[in-house]
Amino acid sequence: MTDAILEPTVQPRRRPDRPKLRAGNRLVRFKKITQVGIKSIYSHGLRSLLTVLGIVIGVAAVIAMLAVSEGASFEAQQQFRDLGANNILLKSVKPAEVEASSNRGFGPPQAIIYGLTLADVETIRSTIPGISNVIASRIVKKNVWHLGRSMNTDVVGTAVDYPTSRNYNLRSGRFFSETEMRDHANVVVLSDEVANVLFPIDNPLGLSIKIDSDYYNVIGIMESEGFSNLGQNQAGSSNAAPSRIYIPFTASKSRFGETTTRQTAGGMERETVELHEAIIQVDNQESVIEVGEIIEQILARRHKDIDYAIEIPLALLRQAEESALRDQIVAGAIAGISLLVGGIGIMNIMLASVTERTREIGIRRALGAKKRDIITQFLIEAVILSGVGGVIGVVLGIAIPFIISAVWGMTTIVTPVAPLLAFSISALIGVVFGIYPSMRAADMDPVEALRHE
Amino acid sequence: MTSLEPNPATGIGNPPADIDSVAQSVVASLKDIRKTYYMGALAVEVLHGISLDFYQGEYVSIMGPSGCGKSTLMNILGCLDKPTEGTYYLGGEDTSEMDDDELSTIRGARLGFIFQSYNLIQQLNVLENIEMPLFYQGYSEQDSHEIAMGLVERVGLEDRIDHKPFELSGGQQQRVAIARALAVDPLIILADEPTGNLDTKSGAEILDLFDELNQQGKTLIMITHSDELAERSPRWVRMLDGKVESDDRRNS
Ligand SMILES: Nc1ncnc2c1ncn2[C@@H]1O[C@H](COP(=O)(O)OP(=O)(O)OP(=O)(O)O)[C@@H](O)[C@H]1O
Ligand SMILES: [Mg+2]
Repeated sequence: MTDAILEPTVQPRRRPDRPKLRAGNRLVRFKKITQVGIKSIYSHGLRSLLTVLGIVIGVAAVIAMLAVSEGASFEAQQQFRDLGANNILLKSVKPAEVEASSNRGFGPPQAIIYGLTLADVETIRSTIPGISNVIASRIVKKNVWHLGRSMNTDVVGTAVDYPTSRNYNLRSGRFFSETEMRDHANVVVLSDEVANVLFPIDNPLGLSIKIDSDYYNVIGIMESEGFSNLGQNQAGSSNAAPSRIYIPFTASKSRFGETTTRQTAGGMERETVELHEAIIQVDNQESVIEVGEIIEQILARRHKDIDYAIEIPLALLRQAEESALRDQIVAGAIAGISLLVGGIGIMNIMLASVTERTREIGIRRALGAKKRDIITQFLIEAVILSGVGGVIGVVLGIAIPFIISAVWGMTTIVTPVAPLLAFSISALIGVVFGIYPSMRAADMDPVEALRHE
Repeated sequence: MTSLEPNPATGIGNPPADIDSVAQSVVASLKDIRKTYYMGALAVEVLHGISLDFYQGEYVSIMGPSGCGKSTLMNILGCLDKPTEGTYYLGGEDTSEMDDDELSTIRGARLGFIFQSYNLIQQLNVLENIEMPLFYQGYSEQDSHEIAMGLVERVGLEDRIDHKPFELSGGQQQRVAIARALAVDPLIILADEPTGNLDTKSGAEILDLFDELNQQGKTLIMITHSDELAERSPRWVRMLDGKVESDDRRNS
C-alpha cells in the first residue's frame, strides 16, 4: 500500500542537519589510502618495477659516486697528511744545466756539486722564527748485505727525531740515540721491506748487516714510508716508494764521505751533495705556507741553479681538498641528473596511471572523495614508488662501494650523509614529480571521468 | 488506480493526494533547472527549466527517449554537476551555495549511486568496494566492516566477499553496487538505468530488490528506458526534450 510505504513512521531514520563528518582517525585514513596505493602498485607490477628502477639507479649512483670520490680524496689527502701537515720538505735536485755540462767533459768525470747544504739549513733555522726543528738527511744508494742476501736500497743518514717528524712508527726496537749520533755509531734501523728481504726468518734485532765493508748493528724496524711524489733525486728510485734504511747522519758522513758514486745510463757518475733532504718543522700550522715562501726566497738567493725542491704537504693537502670538492660536485651533478631522470620517469608513469584510472577517479569522486583525497592517493603512490626505489637504491649504493673496494682495492668511504641525502632527495622527487599528475587526477570533472571508457 | 494530474506548465509533481496522512517531507527539490552545454561558440540547452519535488520514501522512475536529458538531470540530482540556472535543494540545503568539498561530502553522505555499468573498482574486492563510501566519510575500520558485512548479506553475496568484480556476474556486480549505495544510509538512492546491462532475469532480481528497499523506507530515483519497468514504481516522470512531459502516480 502506498500509504504504508510513505508512512514516515515505518523506518525511523537518522537525518542530521549536516552531513555527518566524523573527523575520523587521520591515521586510519592515511593507512587506507596507503593500502590502496600499494594495491595499485602491485596490480601494475612490471610498470612499477621499471619506474622504481630509475630511482634505484639514481640513488645508488649518488651514494656510490660520492663514496668513490670521497675515498679517492681521502687517499690523496692521506698521502700528504703522512708527510706531516706541519712540515716543509726540502730536497736536492740535480739541475738540468749541470746534467748537460757534465756529459761534455773529457777525461775522468768530475764530481758534480749541487743541492742543499748544511749552511742553507742553518740560515733557514736562524732567520725564520717559528721553526721548531730541522731534520737534515743524506741519502746514498747502497747494496746492503746479510749473509748471502743483498738488496739495493737508500741508506738514509738522518737525525734522531726523524721518525717523529714524519709520524712514522717503529714496529720494534728503537731509533738511534743522541749518543750514537755523537759517536758516529754503526747502528741501523731497517724498514719493513728491507728487513723482510734480508731476514726472511730471523728476527733482525741484534743481528747485523754489511754496507761496503762495514757492519751495522740492527736496533729497530720501522714501517715502510709512504711516497712523496717530489724530488726523487736518487737514481733508480724515480717512481716507486724507495725502500730505506736509517743510520746516524754522522755515520753516513764518515763512512761514505762527501762524494758519492752513482750508476747512470752513461756509466758511473760522481757527485757531491751535502744534504739530500731536509724536513723543516714549523710550530704553527697556520704559518706553514708563509714559512715555505720565505724559505723559497732564501734558497733562491743562495743558489745559482735551481738544484732544490720545496714541498709543502699542507699546500698540497689544500689543493687535494679543493680538487676533491670539485670531483664531488661533478659526481653529485651526474648522480643528480640520474635522479632527475628517475623523477621524470615517475611523473610519466603517474600520468599514464592517472589517465588509465580516470574511471576509478570518477567513481571515487561520486562516492564522496574530495579533491584532496584524490591528490593524497596519487601522491602517496608516487612517494611509495620513489621511497621503495630509494630504499633499494640506498642498499645498492652502500653495497657497490664495498664491491669496488673488494675487487679493485680502491678506498671508498660511505659517509652517513650520502644515503640520507640520496633517500630524502628520492622521496622529495616522489612528491615533486607526483604532484602534477595527482592534481590532474583531482581536477577531473567527475561526470567526464565516470563516462570515460 | 487513479493518476494525479501532472502540471506540465510548472513541472512540479503534485504531492500524493493523502498528503496529510503521510506528512512526509521533501528530500530533493528542483526549481526551474536549466543546463546548457557549451561546445566552443555553440551553446546547447539540454534541460529547459525542470521543477520537481521528491518526497521521503518515494520510489520514482524517470523515463524518456534517448538524449532527452535524463542522465544530465541525474547528474545534477547527484551533485556531480551543477545546473546552469535554477536551484536544487537536497535535504533542505541549497546545493548551489556549496563548494567542491561540500559537494563531495554531500555526495558521499547523502546520496547513493547505482550505475548502468556498475562502476565497481576492479582492484578492490566486494567488501572493500562496499566499504569505500564509508571510508571517505571517516567511519572507523570496525564500523565500516560491520556495516559492509550487513549489506553483503542483505544483497545475498556473503559467500563472495573476497571476490573481485571481474569474478562476478553482471547481476552480482550490480548487487554489490546497491550494497555500496546503501552503505552510508543515504537520503536518496540514484540509479541510472540499473538494469540496462542485465538480462531479464537478473534485471528483475534487481528491481525486486528495489521494491524491497522502498518498502523499507528508502527513497529511490531510477532512470529507465522501459515504460514497463517505470510502471512498477508508484510514481513515474516522463521527460521529453529537456522538459517534464508528465508526472504520474499510481494510486492503489
Ligand atoms: N558534456 C556534454 N557536452 C555536450 N553535450 C552533452 C554533454 N552531455 C550530454 N550532452 C547532450 O545532452 C543531451 C542529453 O544527454 P543525456 O545523457 O542526459 O541523455 P539521456 O536522456 O541520458 O540519454 P540516454 O537515454 O541515451 O542515456 C544529449 O543531446 C547529449 O548529446
Ligand atoms: Mg543516460
